[in-house]
Amino acid sequence: MREKLQIERIETDVLIVGGGTAGCYAALTVARNSGKRVLIAEKANMKRSGCLAAGVNAINAYIVKGRTPEDYVDYATKDAAGIVRRDLLLSAARRFNDVTADMESLGLVILKDENGDYVARGNRNIKINGENFKPILAKAVAKEENIQVLNYVNITDLLVEHNQVYGAVGFSIVDEKAYIIEAKAVLVATGGAAGLYRPNNPGFSRHKMWYPPFNTGAGYAMGLRAGAEMTSFEMRFIALRCKDTIAPTGTIAQGVRAKQVNSKGFVYEDKYGITTSERVYGTVKENQLGNGPCYLRTSVITEEQDQQLLKAYLNMAPSQTLKWIESGKMPSEQDVEIQGTEPYIVGGHTASGYWVDTHRQTTIDGLYAAGDVAGGCPQKYVTGALAEGEIAALSILDKWKTAEEIPPTDSIQKQADAVIQEYEKIRNTNTPVFTTEELEEAMQKIMDEYAGGISSYYQYNEKQLNLADEKIEQLLKLSDEIGASDMHELLFAYELKERLLVCKALIAHLKNRKETRWHSFNENLDHPDTDSRYFKYVNSRLENGTIHIQFRDIVKEDTYEHKDQ
Amino acid sequence: MSIKINKEKCVGCKKCQEVCPGTLIAIEDHKAVIKYPRNCWGCVSCVKECAAGAIDFYLGADIGGTGSVMNVTKSGDFLHWNIRKPDGSEIVIDVNRKNSNQY
Repeated sequence: MREKLQIERIETDVLIVGGGTAGCYAALTVARNSGKRVLIAEKANMKRSGCLAAGVNAINAYIVKGRTPEDYVDYATKDAAGIVRRDLLLSAARRFNDVTADMESLGLVILKDENGDYVARGNRNIKINGENFKPILAKAVAKEENIQVLNYVNITDLLVEHNQVYGAVGFSIVDEKAYIIEAKAVLVATGGAAGLYRPNNPGFSRHKMWYPPFNTGAGYAMGLRAGAEMTSFEMRFIALRCKDTIAPTGTIAQGVRAKQVNSKGFVYEDKYGITTSERVYGTVKENQLGNGPCYLRTSVITEEQDQQLLKAYLNMAPSQTLKWIESGKMPSEQDVEIQGTEPYIVGGHTASGYWVDTHRQTTIDGLYAAGDVAGGCPQKYVTGALAEGEIAALSILDKWKTAEEIPPTDSIQKQADAVIQEYEKIRNTNTPVFTTEELEEAMQKIMDEYAGGISSYYQYNEKQLNLADEKIEQLLKLSDEIGASDMHELLFAYELKERLLVCKALIAHLKNRKETRWHSFNENLDHPDTDSRYFKYVNSRLENGTIHIQFRDIVKEDTYEHKDQ
Repeated sequence: MSIKINKEKCVGCKKCQEVCPGTLIAIEDHKAVIKYPRNCWGCVSCVKECAAGAIDFYLGADIGGTGSVMNVTKSGDFLHWNIRKPDGSEIVIDVNRKNSNQY
């Protein structure tokens, strides 16, 4: 037996799980508006953790001159074929510009014209230098006395009884330590889930992917295990990216207005449409028809534009700049080949995540969600994550005024003990048959082949989904037997378990949307058309190990409260 | 997709370890080592943080890499991105951090 983990108990007012964009901004909001203590538990180090490690080169959710938050809601609603929460989109959109102004005051560089106005890129975007977006935010957090940051602490489980959250349990990935954190309110801001499907580059560069490979669906998994309701997992996100480097295409498509063309030079985007999913679908279809590879036609741009593109990519996806230079051919000399990524589950581009009310409270009392882990509010992007962090934080503070305090019970302690017991079990499993990595590969292969991954052109039918379900269930069982030789391996073990549970929920969602509402994102071969009977949210809960699906009516009001818990 | 850490140049300051969003870098015998090279996202945070110029970023051969390496030096508001090709030739791209992207 190994020496047992040292157990550290911490008590705080607000626990924030995940120190990315949403989590940091929520912490700042609590600190600026109250004297409450905030604790951020971050599994890496806050300085560059989360989606913005490499940077970001535009604010893609902004209300530009002449537009209104309502316009934004209309756009996002149309793009997601109506499966959005109006109240969430509207409340986020109303804050896009204020949170942007705040980031500028903290040091973010934003491009301005001669009148001092921000320069728009398209109808909803402004141009920035976001290479250091996250360090700017992290620095502001570090200055606040009431915010404590626990770096390298991975939270695995929420402590919930009678549908009320009391805190969470986790472990350090650098020290042999477990944490029991008691809190009066908990905000989950862990981001979405990458690594469920076999990636574009399955070999050495397996982590050269669109979404951070370190976002493993922890927030979804802990919510599901605690009985929280989730929404829209079946609205998967597939990014259209530059081939191999998986660098963004928007900078080229919007920045230099490059069109999508097939290998014959035909501009196919006009044929399939220009919603987010149609842009991916068109590329997939053209490849299926034998018209690939597909490209962004950059060979019409100038050498000066080349230089600007090289710089723009250094600020968010430097591998693309390196690729251009290595190949010896600039974008003006050679079109940029594009491809769809493996599917991800996110709430910032598409709408997968916790089912929350307008205040961003989940279906569990005192538990909030913001950013990619929160559902119903697609295309919120970075400013939406900031806005949701702010909304959740203000809601938490507001609730404080009326809420009566319910002390935790013995059963909460027992829950915490059971979680730590599981850590010990994994740490003391010495000769498992399968490694975490082997099971991860198996999971990605199953999802790829049977649940609509890259190799099946994102398509699936019910029979395949049933097989996927059966096989993922088997892996879930096998994942109970894995071991970990150090704390970092314990993290890998939990990341696998999280992903498997998210896969299980995802398969249930895909099976229950018996239509094809968004090409490629949910391409159901048994039901290839949109069906108005499915103009509903597909929601889920985990009860006694089974995913229960509930269809909910589309919310058209400006506010939404949880009613039927 | 990964990085190479030059042990001769590494001063063991641990800054790369701090900024890696995947905590993939460890310090062994006062030198940084990448513990899980296949887990690297390619965000280049560590390369930008390393004042000793000890970390090179490269593209894996599976994504078209031909052996060029890239590192970053800083002066004032500028980031100087230095790319060294296998034939020894070098290209430097200067980016002013106070300037926004144009696209």
